Amino acid sequence: MNENILVLEGVNKHFPVNSFRMHGKVVHAMDDVSFSLRRGEVLAIVGESGSGKTTTANVMARIYKQTSGRVTFEGREISKNMSREDELRYHKKVQMIFQDPFGALNPTRTVGRIMERPFVIHKIAGRRKAVEESIDKILIQVGLEPPEQFTRKFPHELSGGQRQRVNIARAFAVEPELILADEPTSMLDVSNRMSIMNMMLYLKESHSVSFIYITHDLSGARYMSDRIIVMYAGMIMEIGPAEKIINNSFHPYTRLLKSAAPSPEMGLKRKRLITGGDIPSLIDPPGGCRFHPRCPFVSDICSLEVPAMKKIDEGHYVRCIL
Amino acid sequence: MIELDRLEMTPLLQCKNLVAGYRIKSGFVHAVDDVSFDLDRGGFLGIAGESGCGKSTLAYAIMRLLKDNATIESGSLLFKGADLAKLDEEQMKKIRWVDISMAFQSAMNALNPVLSVGEQLTDAIHAHEEATQSDARKRALEVLKLVDIPKDRFNSYPHQLSGGMKQRVMIAMALILNPELIIMDEPTTALDVVVQRTIIEKIQELRKTLGFSVIFITHDLSLLVEISDTLAIMYAGKIVEYGASESLFNRPLHPYTKGLMNSFPSLTGMIKRMGGIEGKPPDLLKPPEGCRFHPRCPQAIPICRESCPSLEEIADRHSVACFLHKGAEIL
Amino acid sequence: MLKDTFSLFIENRKALFGLMILVFFSGVAIFAPLIAPYDPKTNKVDVLRIVEEEMGRTTTVEREQIDEFTERRVYTQSIATTYERVTTKLPLNARPSRQHLLGTTKAGQDLFSQMVYGTRITLAVGLVTGLFTTILALTLALLAGYFGGVVDDIISLFTNVFLVIPSLPLMIVIAAYITVRGVIPIVLILGLTSWPWSTRILRSQVVSLRNRDFVRVSRILGERPLYILFREILPNMISLVMASFFTSTMAAIMGEATLEFLGLGNVSIVSWGTILYWAQNSGALLSGAWWWFLPPGICIALIGTSFALMNFAIDEISNPKLRKR
Repeated sequence: MNENILVLEGVNKHFPVNSFRMHGKVVHAMDDVSFSLRRGEVLAIVGESGSGKTTTANVMARIYKQTSGRVTFEGREISKNMSREDELRYHKKVQMIFQDPFGALNPTRTVGRIMERPFVIHKIAGRRKAVEESIDKILIQVGLEPPEQFTRKFPHELSGGQRQRVNIARAFAVEPELILADEPTSMLDVSNRMSIMNMMLYLKESHSVSFIYITHDLSGARYMSDRIIVMYAGMIMEIGPAEKIINNSFHPYTRLLKSAAPSPEMGLKRKRLITGGDIPSLIDPPGGCRFHPRCPFVSDICSLEVPAMKKIDEGHYVRCIL
Repeated sequence: MIELDRLEMTPLLQCKNLVAGYRIKSGFVHAVDDVSFDLDRGGFLGIAGESGCGKSTLAYAIMRLLKDNATIESGSLLFKGADLAKLDEEQMKKIRWVDISMAFQSAMNALNPVLSVGEQLTDAIHAHEEATQSDARKRALEVLKLVDIPKDRFNSYPHQLSGGMKQRVMIAMALILNPELIIMDEPTTALDVVVQRTIIEKIQELRKTLGFSVIFITHDLSLLVEISDTLAIMYAGKIVEYGASESLFNRPLHPYTKGLMNSFPSLTGMIKRMGGIEGKPPDLLKPPEGCRFHPRCPQAIPICRESCPSLEEIADRHSVACFLHKGAEIL
Repeated sequence: MLKDTFSLFIENRKALFGLMILVFFSGVAIFAPLIAPYDPKTNKVDVLRIVEEEMGRTTTVEREQIDEFTERRVYTQSIATTYERVTTKLPLNARPSRQHLLGTTKAGQDLFSQMVYGTRITLAVGLVTGLFTTILALTLALLAGYFGGVVDDIISLFTNVFLVIPSLPLMIVIAAYITVRGVIPIVLILGLTSWPWSTRILRSQVVSLRNRDFVRVSRILGERPLYILFREILPNMISLVMASFFTSTMAAIMGEATLEFLGLGNVSIVSWGTILYWAQNSGALLSGAWWWFLPPGICIALIGTSFALMNFAIDEISNPKLRKR
């Protein structure tokens, strides 16, 4: 249970800027990102747009190759260049669910044809009949019943929630070890979100996978996950058990996120920690702590050097000099 | 004196039995079906519902900015004594933006990319009133200051601004003629939580100082409960529950409202399993018989399939359209 | 899916109209020998008849001028056959009449027959060039869009360079330097000058599809690059490929007419372009022989309209915003 399935050590991802004026500069989408994921755990990565959370998922899914740093999966280092066999083996174990339920399904194919592919590529279930049975089984698990009604349909004939269920079914079809979910509910209607979240939790248990859940919504992260990582401007600001992050948040940015989140039961009475400003440019990130231009507790030292991750409690680390 | 009293008493906007929708090849879509509500002066009405429930059509109907194939079929929209539903375009022009303005969801599309912020603001002034260039400029700068946009952004173009700034410019545009009512159609949906929060705080602050009323439309009920005085929950073109926010949050009556309230996890307290609502909203071209929510309703009873419940007040400032609460007293 | 698209296409009024024009001209091209009353290339009609079989040499034994246009000759050939040959010369520069629906040329060829036969060459050159251009453009676009990096840079560079060179003068220069006159050189010239436009549009579509989530999912699932390229990306480009085919066919028909009009094709073949060339050469415009230059002009415009309409229709079908409710 406590074995680490995935470990990231000092991973950087820089994108070159395609502009003459800024030639040679890079976008610091991920800087010095290190964390580990335990088997069977749900780890949430929370941050605003531009925080680097999606880049982190894409690096883990090998859509992008990291600029530097080590990614270790099940004890083996995932090198930048892998053979076709290794690549296939990795992808059979690591699957991803995307944010846009429509964009992730090829509009020219029926659900049945879409669902077939993982079985064909990874040669699971073998014969055609067995493949069809497995597809039906997984479709029922994600609540698309009766399955034969859905396999004939094209993505545009489904509602947003149903499309996302197909995406989830496809990700689980290869019986993966790790699921990366990139804001899987943010484009769905409110009434659908909870049932999709519950379904993912149920599938996670029944298929015993590990889960990385990426979101901008702190309360959703709390609902889903065991541990939370808070990212800001490409760097991890705070990492720790979900309840500690929510109730004993240490980093000013985590506290800002928490106070900005809508939470009716706390009402308007609560004192808010509000600060203006936007996520800084990732081409020329501010020196020192990336949050210092917006931080209400900023001191001189903050702009001088990037604070190191500091342990403040068991499993609770924070990147702040305070 | 009595006259003044009466004026104080009547709501700023009274929407009565409004029916609006749009025509497509295969029929008429009743996007807004028999909707009634009142909005007091200085009030903050939140309208919540899923996509396709008709909330945006309602907003555009009030602005009389419906698209070509959409019309107001019947009902009235009394705004300071005038029925907006019956005004002709010339009369509407005098009210639109002067008395009622709007902030849109996507600032990217609503702002003209080739005009600077200042030009767009002063253009809006010149379009509606005689003003010298310097007066208009002064007014534009004042409004920008209200929404915390620094002076030197006056000559910036929309693409040079961040998402949050653009949305604040949108609000400045809505404020520029000092309207009495601002309709906000998901103005913060595309923004990050922190930016959303600063904008909401700004709106609330301005509302206190300037005294305008707001109709705020969003699908994010958790946000709406916090910020609005009165809440209307829309489902499939109808208001299913209407009342004071606090009352709705503490005692949601309609199963749909209950479902929505159960659709966002909370930041505090115990983590409890939540359900959300199964199924999907009906096709407004052929809505289900009876109560439109009954196919998804966990508490449906036989009568729900046959007739459609009307909105009835069952407690002080709290009405619901549901047979489960018909005639029942709320204790 | 394809069936749906096709029925949508037929339901669209513009598409239907365009398709009808194309079907009409295709029919004319296929059945040209049945439709055309005369041989398009000659100015006379010969009727040969065996009079009597006899041994002997080919010598004209009788010659008789019946009237201004018709001549009758009787002669024996080789061993034993006597032929009677009645040659009717067609009137020169005749106005449209019952015998000659579109009149005749200055040399006396029947213009209606020329138009009918000309449809063959014109359509064939157009369609073959359109196909050639589209395949070339699609291949380059898929290569550039999918593999990106250096491949993309090189292809994009060439595309942009060719886009900058005005294609009509380029066509004329190439055509003038090529010594072989005929249809195939024209197809090659047209194809090689019109690919950049299509390539550019198709490439940008590949690039945008490549970054769509469903392609990323395929990569995460472990699909092979070629599978992704041909089975995931290509089917989503069908409408654009069709549009590109229609546009390049239209451009090819125009280009062919232009080259032939300028005399840069093989002027001895019969196509709408060469009809215009001969009309211009014989001063049809000056002498007011409208029946000579107007029909080819109208037909070129019509076939152009046909492809343009189908193109609009594809735009409407694939872009729901333009689709009428």
